[in-house]
Amino acid sequence: MEPFVFPKWTNSIKYLLLPGLLIGPLYVVALVAYGASPKTTDVGYMPTQPVPYSHALHAGQLGLDCRYCHSTVEQTAAAGLPPTQTCMNCHTGILNSSAKLQVVRQSHSDGMPVEWLKVHDLPDYVYFNHSAHVRRGVGCVSCHGRIDKMEVVYQDQPLSMGWCLDCHRAPEKHLRPLDRITDMNWKASDPVVEGRRLVEQMNIKPSTDCSTCHR
Amino acid sequence: MATMPLKNTMIDNTVEDPRQRAPLVLGNHDFTTVTETICRIPEASRPPQAWYIAFAVSSTLTLMLGCMVVYLISTGVGVWNLNNPVGWGWDITNFVFWVGIGHAGTLISAILFLFRQKWRTSINRFAEAMTIFAVVCAGIFPGIHVGRVWLAYWLAPIPNQMQMWPNFRSPLLWDVFAVSTYATVSLLFWYMGMIPDLATLRDRARTKIRQFAYGLLALGWRGSNRQWLRYERAYLLLAALATPLVLSVHSVVSFDFAVSQLPGWHTTIFPPYFVAGAIFSGFAMVVTLMVPAREFFGLKELVTPRHLENMAKIMLATGCMVGYAYSIEFFTAWYSGNVYERFIFMARAMGPYSWAYWTMVCCNILTPQLFWFKKCRTNPWILFAASIFINIGMWFERFVIIVSSLATDFLPGSWGAYAPSWVEICTFIGSFGLFFTLFLLFVRFLPMMAMAEVKSVMPQALHKQGEHQGLGDYWGDMPRGHEHKPGGHDVHH
Repeated sequence: MEPFVFPKWTNSIKYLLLPGLLIGPLYVVALVAYGASPKTTDVGYMPTQPVPYSHALHAGQLGLDCRYCHSTVEQTAAAGLPPTQTCMNCHTGILNSSAKLQVVRQSHSDGMPVEWLKVHDLPDYVYFNHSAHVRRGVGCVSCHGRIDKMEVVYQDQPLSMGWCLDCHRAPEKHLRPLDRITDMNWKASDPVVEGRRLVEQMNIKPSTDCSTCHR
Repeated sequence: MATMPLKNTMIDNTVEDPRQRAPLVLGNHDFTTVTETICRIPEASRPPQAWYIAFAVSSTLTLMLGCMVVYLISTGVGVWNLNNPVGWGWDITNFVFWVGIGHAGTLISAILFLFRQKWRTSINRFAEAMTIFAVVCAGIFPGIHVGRVWLAYWLAPIPNQMQMWPNFRSPLLWDVFAVSTYATVSLLFWYMGMIPDLATLRDRARTKIRQFAYGLLALGWRGSNRQWLRYERAYLLLAALATPLVLSVHSVVSFDFAVSQLPGWHTTIFPPYFVAGAIFSGFAMVVTLMVPAREFFGLKELVTPRHLENMAKIMLATGCMVGYAYSIEFFTAWYSGNVYERFIFMARAMGPYSWAYWTMVCCNILTPQLFWFKKCRTNPWILFAASIFINIGMWFERFVIIVSSLATDFLPGSWGAYAPSWVEICTFIGSFGLFFTLFLLFVRFLPMMAMAEVKSVMPQALHKQGEHQGLGDYWGDMPRGHEHKPGGHDVHH
């Protein structure tokens, strides 16, 4: 019987071996690090809301303060979605027959809330508190981006654990005076000096213990 | 007139004769018959009926292991009886037990190779296979005990969005690297050593499928001088690489305990104590498997009483080291003056797990004392029975260390008791099923002994000078001294 002989083309396999062994693990690492990161999977999430509400118009051009609608942001963990009544404060008089506001008027008359879709959704095992951040010098824009320029709100930042830790480990880069919290145009004149002064002044010591966020 | 070849079957090769080296292959073997004896096992068209029975049992147990693992993962770790304070029970006991068993293979293949212990040639393939299968069984337990197994990749240092890294200060992580390195090197060593024998099987194959399968595995081996030269270099290098691993793996496993603060765990004697215990248990498992295998597959002339005796001697030596460690632990506890340390050792000997402690002492200290007697070292069935007791004792050693220290630590208020659930028991039994399933497949399809290496320790290998010495060179030049007298001519007795 003829002994088994490797066909000639198998010689070329050895040239694939080394790149395969190097690139294979690198590919897996890159896949986990970037492919499965919220930077890739979550940033840019922009669901179609039941009402074509424009933050660019209300918060941008009209200059409504964020806290007019998200009224519990300084007191509680959740920033709070405005009830329909908040919309109707103005829209009883303004554009009270616009087709775009049909869903809002419907909600106002039958008492059922508008079913807004949550854009910035953290996992259930993370305890994030808006008031703890907003009252210690972290501005809205730091996490939500330029909401005042968004026609439709989308997720601007990854909201990943590593992204949270970036700030918890170096808060001075992201702090602002408390009267500038909702100001999306504010820029520190000298971020390092200003930030350090605020850290000092407000005694900011963000914890990076697991139990800070995972309780 | 045909001369009858001289039979040396009757030779007792356990007797030391200063005039010559004891033969390591008995019977009237030459190279051809060695090949025949070993190849005939994987080449048989049907394995013996007992193989089918054994395979049916072991594969059923493997299935049970699979069911237990699925049940555990789908339901949660609550199906085990682990509790607070006993967070490690049979799972880690089994892990250390199997990893320990895995130590004999590399010791035989690497350390005995570097020390020119020629008797290793008959048992190294077998022991290496055992090592790999034991490490496979060991790997299962830490893998499934983490609770959410789908996050087990967190053990690997992969950059991720959480910026979360394994804790490099933790011996549990060192363990991941130590065991996976050990598994990789053992597998490479085993496979590489098998290449010439796989080529033999390929060349003898009678069907296309076998020819292709063995041909693929043999990687185009032709047995040329150049190939042998490189093979022997590579073998030597791998042996040198594997040698530190024999000591490091179980040292690192012992750090899992020694680095913690728990009384009974926090001791510097642990690394050498664990390594000695691992080699002890590994050799016991080799004997447990080898005694029936040599009987069953007609390999008594290749695995001779001398091989068994040597293994018994190693078990005696390592058994005494283990016994010494047991007693020095007590001494240290007393001498330290630390009340917690003293307490835990009294609790081990007289507390709720004293039955386990004394089982361990009887099996591990008393059993190897049999090997002071030559009859016990050379009688395969006494050896077999003793090896079973040692296996049991070494399992209990890990159980005693792990559970007794956890169950009764510093504060009486936090003490607790632990007994395994049926799931844990079935998982452990199932791991034996997996071990034997892999082993039965190994003896069915692969050469059980390193044919090329066995041939190199036969007298025939030394009758040729020059380039065709096979592995002979690497075994040292010892036998040539008396085979070739100065003056040049071979002396045939």
